[in-house]
Amino acid sequence: MAQIELSAIRKSFDGTDVLKGIDFRIEDGEFISLVGPSGCGKSTLLRVIAGLEPQNSGEVRIDGRPVDGIRPSARNLAMVFQSYALYPHLNTFDNIAVPLRMRRLSAIERLPLLGAVLPGRRAKERHIRNDVEAIAEQLDIAPLLRRKPGQLSGGQRQRVAVGRAMVREPRAFLFDEPLSNLDAKLRVHMRAELAELHRRLKATFVYVTHDQAEAMTMSSRIAVMMDGELIQAGTPAEIYNDPEDIRVAEFIGSPKINILPGRIRKDGGVDVLGTALKLSCRAAAGDCRVGVRPERIDLGAGPFSGTVVHLENLGAEAFVHLAIEGSGLRLIARLADVRHLPGMASSVTFGFAPDAVRIFDPAGKRIELKVEQPERVREPAHV
Amino acid sequence: MSDGSMTMDAAIAPASAARRAVPVHGSRRTYSAYALVTPAAALMLIMLLGPLAGVIALSFTDYQLGAPHFSWIGLANYQDLFADKVFWTALRNTLTYVVIVVPGAVIAGLAIALLIQSGTSLRSLYRTIYFLPVMATLIAMAVVWEFMLHPQFGLVNGMLRGAGLPAFAWLQDRNTALYALCAIGIWQAVGFNMVLFLAGLVSIPKQLYEAAEIDGASSGWARFRLVTWPMLGPVTTFVVVISGIRSFQVFDTVHVLTKGGPSKSTEVLIHTMYTEGFEFFRSGYAAAITVVFLVFVLLLTLIKSRLADRGVHYT
Repeated sequence: MAQIELSAIRKSFDGTDVLKGIDFRIEDGEFISLVGPSGCGKSTLLRVIAGLEPQNSGEVRIDGRPVDGIRPSARNLAMVFQSYALYPHLNTFDNIAVPLRMRRLSAIERLPLLGAVLPGRRAKERHIRNDVEAIAEQLDIAPLLRRKPGQLSGGQRQRVAVGRAMVREPRAFLFDEPLSNLDAKLRVHMRAELAELHRRLKATFVYVTHDQAEAMTMSSRIAVMMDGELIQAGTPAEIYNDPEDIRVAEFIGSPKINILPGRIRKDGGVDVLGTALKLSCRAAAGDCRVGVRPERIDLGAGPFSGTVVHLENLGAEAFVHLAIEGSGLRLIARLADVRHLPGMASSVTFGFAPDAVRIFDPAGKRIELKVEQPERVREPAHV
Repeated sequence: MSDGSMTMDAAIAPASAARRAVPVHGSRRTYSAYALVTPAAALMLIMLLGPLAGVIALSFTDYQLGAPHFSWIGLANYQDLFADKVFWTALRNTLTYVVIVVPGAVIAGLAIALLIQSGTSLRSLYRTIYFLPVMATLIAMAVVWEFMLHPQFGLVNGMLRGAGLPAFAWLQDRNTALYALCAIGIWQAVGFNMVLFLAGLVSIPKQLYEAAEIDGASSGWARFRLVTWPMLGPVTTFVVVISGIRSFQVFDTVHVLTKGGPSKSTEVLIHTMYTEGFEFFRSGYAAAITVVFLVFVLLLTLIKSRLADRGVHYT
């Protein structure tokens, strides 16, 4: 339905740069998540696309046409707000009907008493009624049409807000943290519903969230933003496995990726915690940071050892917090098998496969690695 | 359980729970509950309900201010009142005043509040300027208005003459005097209403306007109809009722500028009451007028609480 192109978008509030030149292209029918910590500018970027916030420089194009001078109401985008922004004095039916009435009825036809007697108003109202009821049916809110927003639960309000966005078949949907006001269980449920909705509508979705789990589970592509810059965009798997920046690596994934201090030798080999890893790189010698995801840490064998300082057993998986001996560093390992947990304060050895390692230079940029041998560093685990 | 915690329980627990309490402590609890209520109840009785009952009782007597005796005369005061042409003139004038001043002050107050709210600079300056009439003593301001409306050297007539229009003796002409007072009434009430509307406007979530914009409400009028007006509903009800009650109470401008004249064309209820009660000392009769006045105010208050019940969509 719509392809959105952003070029060199800059925005500052009172001298503070919030967006520092964003270039991005959102393809037609994509579910794209803008993700990043709070204050990274993702919501501002969404509002720039919507037209609610004019950018200081740069250009927004929708389907190839610049929309910079065009009012939000004329851009034909729908938006779902974090607070849902339902009209509290209107019931569900009227809330969903607002975008249709605004577009299909003239200002005179919308007048309370006079409008009702104008010719043609009846037929238009009937069409609006049919459209609203069809949407309500799709979203399972048909029994709620007579209720006011104050009488609805959070999840129901969320659906009404989505219904109001869907009803006029916009060119693209913009979501501004729509699930953050829901409780955890409902959030997981709505995640699936939104993803399902996207598959059904095949429309362009731009979804802003600070919750990396939402971004990972729903989107076809993720764009990670930090400090007003778009650092990396890619599929959820790419973002997770191949972070180009240490900030992306640290932001995506829960629990956080383990970062250990490392050193690149003159010959290109990499040392971590005084042990040489079986891999090499072409970067200049010096300090580096070594990242390993918790699920890639193998407990029970390997060149390193640590003390168990904390255990988190979630039933299906467990997280083991280790204090690395002789360094004071902490790391987290994920155990898929919770039946064989190490005891608290016990000492365990651990290691990781060379292909589990991501290395970043002191500025945080990713360094390409070459794995020396295909076989693993460790022996088979005996926990 | 200590006595202290028992009292706490009595205050917090619902009545049914209190009744189920251990009998030994039962009477004690009731006493402390009454003891806690007494100061507030006594104050309310002395300050609010007492005077009201006094006025109603007075309206059934022939009491004259300072007289040593009085006697109960039943509804005679009301009979006199309803037979009195001056009372009906005063009632008609008061209602005319209310019907003009309330919409005028509400619409003007809302318009100014919207203008100030949409402005970018000098907002607090404008707010202060429009609020000045509310802060100033109306009696003093009335004197200024008297000068402004003076037939010969008044500012208003001077401007009219400058524009080539005929001058008026605003306050001395029985056809214009009441309307001149209405204008002053609106001028005085606008600032107060504006402040209330401003407070209401500030509390409207900004996202509603953004949602309205996205939904296609591109004109200011469409957004006003969709968001501002309905969201201001409770404030508007309150402002209308307050303006209504205050307009019913109009007295100072009448007393200073026209004294109800010329030929009773600006006679209003409270002014009639004042004349009867404090110039002719017919306190019983004045009390009857007060009761009639109170009935109107009570009606307005009832309408307000009805409307407030209907507007419970704000959660």
